Amino acid sequence: MKIKDLKELLDAEVLCCEENLGRHLYSACGCDLMSDVLAYVKDQGALLTGLVNPQVVRTAVMMDLVCIVFVRSKVPTEDIVELARDNGIVVLTTGKRLYEACGILYSNGLGVKATKE
Amino acid sequence: MSEPLVFHYDIDGEDFISAGQASIQIKKNLRRIGLSPEIIRRVSIAMYDGEINMVIHAKGGTADVMLYEDRIEIILADKGPGIENIEQAMQEGYSTASDTVRSLGFGAGMGLPNMKRYSDKMTIDTTVGVGTTVTLVINLI
Ligand SMILES: Nc1ncnc2c1ncn2[C@@H]1O[C@H](COP(=O)(O)OP(=O)(O)O)[C@@H](O)[C@H]1O
Ligand SMILES: [Mg+2]
Repeated sequence: MKIKDLKELLDAEVLCCEENLGRHLYSACGCDLMSDVLAYVKDQGALLTGLVNPQVVRTAVMMDLVCIVFVRSKVPTEDIVELARDNGIVVLTTGKRLYEACGILYSNGLGVKATKE
Repeated sequence: MSEPLVFHYDIDGEDFISAGQASIQIKKNLRRIGLSPEIIRRVSIAMYDGEINMVIHAKGGTADVMLYEDRIEIILADKGPGIENIEQAMQEGYSTASDTVRSLGFGAGMGLPNMKRYSDKMTIDTTVGVGTTVTLVINLI
């Protein structure tokens, strides 16, 4: 799916890099532990998290992730958004909880197959 | 033999929020140089974990990244407490990180194992009470 499909499915608001909504997603990960993201996650994915600090963005940059979704209506501070914008990463915020947001994406096929679309 | 291209960074140990800035910078520089995304990812992840370690365990240090024709070397040096038992520190899940660090998303004990996994060679030179130097080599050919 594309990031804009994720946005619709999660009823999310875009905070930056709207121009990149057409990018493809091949996987996703729901996690508050950045250490685990660094250890296990694949590239070209989305990171869904309830953790809000600049390390979330830096972790996404290192892993070549293309999209960060803050769950439970968490809104990152402007410096966090700025860091993401500077690196071309789309930042979204959704009112859904982590479990629910992941479930919706999974049931719509995101990351179900390991192969690229 | 040509001289390596060297990037030097001072890692501020007081400030967890800014940790990782050097790794972001390296990633940008390596992209500009035109290395493959796979190499860039390995270098930046390994260095980021190392940078975080210096901030959360050793009150900061220095990072030097040397780009040779055939390899990249990353030297992370600190004057922190040193590592008493390297074998134990290398185990996945072993961590002495504080609850504060955990609440910020780190301290899962995956850093050193991750640095080893993403590099071709890792050496740890450490003395308790003196400091730690971690050297990572990533082969380009
Ligand atoms: N630069 C360092 N100086 C002192 N101790 C360190 C350093 N790097 C790692 N350690 C020790 O090794 C342990 C394991 O490191 P690591 O695998 O990165 O896990 P984590 O950082 O999540 O604790 C740390 O908890 C710490 O006790
Ligand atoms: Mg660590």
